Amino acid sequence: MSAPFATAVGTAAAVRLGERTARQVVEEVLARVGVREGEIHAFNTVLAGDARAAADALDQRIARGEDPGPLAGVPVALKDNLCTRGVPTTCSSRILEGWKPPYDATVVERLAGAGAVVVGKTNLDEFAMGSSTENSAFGPTRNPLDTTRVPGGSSGGSAAAVAAGFAPLALGSDTGGSIRQPAAFCGVVGVKPTYGAVSRYGLVAFASSLDQIGPFAATVADAALLLEVIAGHDPMDSTSNPGPAAPISARLGDGVEGLRVGIVRELVKGVDADVEARVREAADALAGAGAKVDEVSLPTVVHGLAAYYLIAPAEASSNLARYDGVRYGLRVDGTDVAAMNAATRGAGFGAEVKRRIMLGTYALSAGYYDAYYGQAQRVRTLIIRDFDAAYEDFDVLVSPTAPTTAFTLGAKTSDPLAMYMSDVCTIPSNLAGHPAMTLPYGTGDDGLPVGVQVMAPALGEPVMFRVAAVLEASRG
Amino acid sequence: MADPEAGARAYDIVVGLEVHCELRTVTKLFCGCRNAFGDEPNTNVCPVCLGLPGSLPVLNRQAVEYAMAVGLALSCEVRPSLFHRKNYFYPDMPKDYQVSQYDEPINVDGHLDLPDGSVVGIERAHMEEDTGKSSHVGGGGGRIHGADHSLVDYNRAGVPLVEIVSRPDIRSSAQAVDYVRELRAILVTTGASDGKMEEGSLRVDANVSVRPAGSDTLGTRCEIKNLNSLRSLGRAIDHEAARQWDLLDTGERIVQETRHWNEDLGRTVAGRSKEEAYDYRYFPEPDLVPLAPDDAWRDRVRAAIPMLPAARRARLCQAAGVDAALAGTVVELDLDTLVLAAISAKADGRRAVNRAVNEVAADIDAARRLDPAAFTKLLLLEDQGKLTATQAKQVLAELLTAGGDPVDIAAARGFEALGDDALAGAVDAAIASNPAEWERFKGGDAKVTGFFVGLVMRASGGKADGKAVTALLRERAAAG
Repeated sequence: MSAPFATAVGTAAAVRLGERTARQVVEEVLARVGVREGEIHAFNTVLAGDARAAADALDQRIARGEDPGPLAGVPVALKDNLCTRGVPTTCSSRILEGWKPPYDATVVERLAGAGAVVVGKTNLDEFAMGSSTENSAFGPTRNPLDTTRVPGGSSGGSAAAVAAGFAPLALGSDTGGSIRQPAAFCGVVGVKPTYGAVSRYGLVAFASSLDQIGPFAATVADAALLLEVIAGHDPMDSTSNPGPAAPISARLGDGVEGLRVGIVRELVKGVDADVEARVREAADALAGAGAKVDEVSLPTVVHGLAAYYLIAPAEASSNLARYDGVRYGLRVDGTDVAAMNAATRGAGFGAEVKRRIMLGTYALSAGYYDAYYGQAQRVRTLIIRDFDAAYEDFDVLVSPTAPTTAFTLGAKTSDPLAMYMSDVCTIPSNLAGHPAMTLPYGTGDDGLPVGVQVMAPALGEPVMFRVAAVLEASRG
Repeated sequence: MADPEAGARAYDIVVGLEVHCELRTVTKLFCGCRNAFGDEPNTNVCPVCLGLPGSLPVLNRQAVEYAMAVGLALSCEVRPSLFHRKNYFYPDMPKDYQVSQYDEPINVDGHLDLPDGSVVGIERAHMEEDTGKSSHVGGGGGRIHGADHSLVDYNRAGVPLVEIVSRPDIRSSAQAVDYVRELRAILVTTGASDGKMEEGSLRVDANVSVRPAGSDTLGTRCEIKNLNSLRSLGRAIDHEAARQWDLLDTGERIVQETRHWNEDLGRTVAGRSKEEAYDYRYFPEPDLVPLAPDDAWRDRVRAAIPMLPAARRARLCQAAGVDAALAGTVVELDLDTLVLAAISAKADGRRAVNRAVNEVAADIDAARRLDPAAFTKLLLLEDQGKLTATQAKQVLAELLTAGGDPVDIAAARGFEALGDDALAGAVDAAIASNPAEWERFKGGDAKVTGFFVGLVMRASGGKADGKAVTALLRERAAAG
């Protein structure tokens, strides 16, 4: 299947060779934004002026004979929880009203260093808490493939931007599936790298031990290119893996001959029949390409959702404490400091954020810590053990990315638990810190894309991408 | 009010101290901002120490080394450790949590030996980040309640601290003061701290309780904060103990609470009440990795620790034959190296100590420039009777102000001790020409001693040794 828009790989090559100018590329995507952004609402901020200026500067460098780098002239959309110097970074929350970071996230610096052009900041569920981008203080994003449907979340704006051709590449963050689930819903490729592979410096924290920045792209090769640019050690992030990132693109065509592929029984069971059917077809395709495919059981992954909804809110309750009205963002006055704090937070946070802060505060409270947070961490350890055991017998694991295709707006907003179930297949990789990615693999009965998830052990991105590339090539 | 010092005390004081020590690193604990006192407010700040969204901490290696050095100097076990988040809302804390070590601190189970021979256990010495500093303006007397508005300076936010927690082994305000003085000396010796209590480099909280004399159960304690000097510490403990004993004496109950020392009122006042007690919701800081110093690193830190005050005192006691208190004074003045150099060149130890404590210490800045060889040479001249005490002091004063060779200085001043015969002659001459005064002296009137010594001094041009003159006068009087 060929992508409907120019790829990042192709665009960068054309710009570097002088076949196209960066300015032309930017104008092309901005034109699409002009046509469809009104109905989709992928962006919180469109940076048309900055993008044009950056493109012109790149074109001048190219004219002088310089090479701006592997993403020369490629438009990129950034999830609006990535800090951009002097540009509002809202996390789609009222509480960060008016705040402009004085610094760029490490990934933003690396994109600039590779010649990419940032075209805008994309919508998300407030502070990345949600699975549909309906929890944005600035209104929902709609799925470009069917605007009655959600794009998934929390990185729904980034997924929609790539699907709508607003940018060939986008960055999101994935704490429990927030890149992979919206990528699946919007029919694009989405990657959650190994925890520590990409610096979190400048990513506004939701749950620090789970958060990881990763790429959205229309193709597996584009996603690999973007990941290679943003990955690698960063001294500003203590949890960043040492050493340079492993090359991925160079090994994309190595195939799957002899690879051992496990289909995770617990994650296939209970998903929609059409979704399961596409996963089975993907497994058959891998077997046809020479992989050894078998089912594998990871009994504890079914507890991942429960563990996640203790660990992530607990960390969030602490990470979001700083939004107190004292230093930046919204301030609602009160009779004293405590009243000001409470009034600010009451007015600034949406319902889902408040729900999770309360959940997390409770989970960490004296007398409850061990029963909730402590127990969840023990479950996390068991899930890691299950993965480790599975990876003794398999090189990669495969599952659905989400139990369903994109649902309609409003379908789950009144039922948080039903919404949380959207992430049941993606959460285990976050808990384990392992890489996982999704790519579109056919459609469901409703004609909307189905995502297949490929998981690998820590630092297993090269093999994971090889499998994804084979699946991509096998699609009709 | 009961007087804790009055007669046989009816109660015992039990004190445990928590000392917050700012580490003397170049940069802060988790970022590259300058760690400096007294700069323009909010100039040493960055996204990390301001806790801006998206920022992350990176641990300062020098801070870890200072923390290990403190632990090792206090005979602690240095262990693998973890950082936790201590969650509570306060405007001078940028993230609304403090990164601190909780149940797995870097240093545990040490002790501090005081100059008087007593030993105070050290429960732990852990690392944490300092908060910013609030000032409350208008009304409220500098407290947040009642203030018109508050200003926050985040220069101090993220400055590395080591909190040293003693066991409740301290039994008097004097011992508490000794403990802090000794601890400060150790912290300065290791290089971890500048020891400046007045700048907040060392901040002391005291947990004080009382119990009937001889009892071995612990009473309910109060934590006293805001102790900015050794004087405040001593006074606060005595007053708080007396307050508690008065309560018990009248059948009242002591409420466990935080109290603040008010230096002007000379008493402790209640701080935040029990209802506001925080649940800090500690959990491991996910933005940092566990800290596990290997043996080699720990050994390097240990090897780099200079000799500690207790060892220096012991060394001086033995070398100079002086008591611990006097040795302590010399070490505190940092003059023990000077004294030991003289002793090793066979100078008299006691004399060396006395000259150091009395004359050299009088001008401590000049003392830092004093040539140890010249000091030694001077002491030997005095030991050999070539200079009188008076002459030696004058030569030493010139050594301190101008330097030079003691022999040259003595010669230039015409100093040479009076020979025995010349001295006897001068004394006899003075007696012969003042028969009335001599009769009074023989009659036991000590007041005329000075009269005769003065005469001999004048006659000898100041070369006579006053003590020798007095001795001769007594000898003559005894002989009739």
